[in-house]
Amino acid sequence: MIDAIYIALIPLLPFATFLLLGLFGKRMGNFSGIIGTTSLFVSACLSIFTAYQYFFNSEKIDGAYQKIIAFKFVWLQFSENVSIDMGAILDPISVMMLVVVTFVSLMVHIYSLGYMKGEERFSVFFSFLSLFTFSMLGLVLASNIFQIYIFWELVGVSSFLLIGFYYDRPSAVAASKKAFIVTRFADLGFLIGILILAFYSGTLDFGIMIERLTTQTDSLVAITSASFLGLSALTWGLALVFIGGAGKSAMLPFHIWLPDAMEGPTPVSALIHAATMVVAGVFLVARLFPVFALSCPVGLELVAVVGICSSLFAAIIACTQTDIKRVLAYSTMSQIGYMMFALGVSGYGGENGLGFTASMFHLFTHAMFKALLFLGAGAVIHYIHSNEMKDMGGLRKFMPVTHITFLIACLAIAGIPPFAGFFSKEEILSASFHHNKIIFGIAIVTAAITAFYMFRLYFSIFWNKEYHPHGENHHGEAPSTMKLPLLILALLSIVVGFIPFGHYVSSDGLELHSEFHLMFSIAPVLMAVGGILIAMMMYKNSNIVSQKVSESFKGFYTAAYNKFYFDEIYLFITKGIVFNLIGRPVAWIDKNIVDGFMNMLATLTENISDTLRPIQSGKLQGYAIYFFTGVIAFVLVFIYLWN
Amino acid sequence: MNEIGLNHILFVSTALFFIGVYGFLTRRNLITMLMSIELILNSVNINFIAFNKYLFSDKLDGLFFTVFIITIAAAEAAVAIAIIINLYRNYKSIDVEDADQMKH
Repeated sequence: MIDAIYIALIPLLPFATFLLLGLFGKRMGNFSGIIGTTSLFVSACLSIFTAYQYFFNSEKIDGAYQKIIAFKFVWLQFSENVSIDMGAILDPISVMMLVVVTFVSLMVHIYSLGYMKGEERFSVFFSFLSLFTFSMLGLVLASNIFQIYIFWELVGVSSFLLIGFYYDRPSAVAASKKAFIVTRFADLGFLIGILILAFYSGTLDFGIMIERLTTQTDSLVAITSASFLGLSALTWGLALVFIGGAGKSAMLPFHIWLPDAMEGPTPVSALIHAATMVVAGVFLVARLFPVFALSCPVGLELVAVVGICSSLFAAIIACTQTDIKRVLAYSTMSQIGYMMFALGVSGYGGENGLGFTASMFHLFTHAMFKALLFLGAGAVIHYIHSNEMKDMGGLRKFMPVTHITFLIACLAIAGIPPFAGFFSKEEILSASFHHNKIIFGIAIVTAAITAFYMFRLYFSIFWNKEYHPHGENHHGEAPSTMKLPLLILALLSIVVGFIPFGHYVSSDGLELHSEFHLMFSIAPVLMAVGGILIAMMMYKNSNIVSQKVSESFKGFYTAAYNKFYFDEIYLFITKGIVFNLIGRPVAWIDKNIVDGFMNMLATLTENISDTLRPIQSGKLQGYAIYFFTGVIAFVLVFIYLWN
Repeated sequence: MNEIGLNHILFVSTALFFIGVYGFLTRRNLITMLMSIELILNSVNINFIAFNKYLFSDKLDGLFFTVFIITIAAAEAAVAIAIIINLYRNYKSIDVEDADQMKH
């Protein structure tokens, strides 16, 4: 039985917590963290209960999971058919996202109790986390494309607030601004896309919109026949929506904000910039997937190409970065690229929908092991007080729990059986193998690079050189509030791969029996193992092999180290072209012509009044002179006129 | 030339008028200025009487106006002197130059 009340409670509990902590948090002190965690614990339990009810107890029609509208009310009515509703839609992907978001958020809350301890703005941090969780839950439950847009912006704002949490650091402020502005630009595309889709389909509701744009109706005919620059309006609409998704998910060329976003506190990176918010773009494409797949294969191609390019590109950069959080950020981008192109190579329904299932599966497993990686990195940073790889090394004896859990996460992301990442990656690879051999080739190379850079990270932190703790009163590995989430997530990173995901989540709601091909998975696993071995050779002990390698590819290495100069290109475009060639002339016109005209009027008025002011002297006889002069003038005029 | 005509009287009244105007503009003493205003009013009175006598001797309109103006002048003098007394109380002077507050 799906009940609207507890579904509504799932997002509303974090919202209530946000209000409570935001308004009264300062007085509560450390207690505020416990409140936030408790309320999220309830939310997470409700989500898991919802998922259980949905997948095991709800009615299936012809074996397919149905979309259930748990509740919906009209929020803004524009016309009879067009309205913005606030509602909650339950279908396999939103239920899965509910579980992922609340669960990862809960882990991060527990972890933050230890990590953020003693922080001055402890309660503010928890209120922001609650705001984020609320917005993200609203986003995944959205039944209306405009509702998704509203919550989309809300997650953007909470991401902005959390990246800039250490607002006294100029780099954090710059990073938060960058993240906000870059995603804002992408969201402009999203908004235009929404308007195009809504204009032709005549509705903002997801269900009706998808139905109208996938079956032969007047709206579909209209939207495909209207064309602009050689592409149909549908392609434009979907491409623009995808641009919004690419902005949030840090796909090329909007990825520049994600590495900088690592300025935020590490739990935030784990929650927002690894597990939940950045997959919102994937979720958006998945939400509109029927439209992409059935009516607009061109749009899907775009998704695939952008996904695979981002994936490879980010993986190469990740090999050269030295800040451990940046390595993880690029790896996130690479994995999201995986999810994107998996959607891109997927078809709709039946066996063709393998890519869709694989993408959602990877989203699910990735959330677990990437959150684990970030939380582990957070523990390391907490211990070392530095983000740089060169300050680390040999930590395995000092941080045993972190070491083991981090290793598990690395194995998971590298795709080594039987860890979670192996299953989802294998599904993605097999989906792309059946669709497009080139994408498959790039994907498998990326998988090897992924294994390489993850183990480069692992060996650099935990092996390499000997670590000599300095200072006597150095605290232990981490408080238990930080270890517990690590252990839970590590356990999940091992087991979630065995979930028969295709039974629950598929493009058309029917069960998908994905076969497991042993022969097929040999190649990717071998590639991954190769990557790990190379990393081991280069980084397990401190030696000069890595330096030699980087020197032999000097040009390429420098380019990758500098992130292929994307930031510089953006700076050139914004500063060099937009500011200098457009901004400055416009500013000149504004200052000199527009303002100048107004200033001239003001000066003129001032001068005239300055001249006229002495006339009003207050001297009675002066006034009398004007009066008589006027009278005489009138008399003369009249005399002149009479004659 | 031996008979006094309208023109002679108009000359007198015009002279009287401009003497009044001159006095009003040049005297600094408020009382003297009030007297100058009386001169201006009386020059108008002479005009009324003269026109009535020479041009419309069968009518009395000019005389009525004259009587009316004399009444008004008396009232006006009363008000003006009241103002002057108040000014004096404030400024301890009846010099028009000292009362230059009318620009505000």
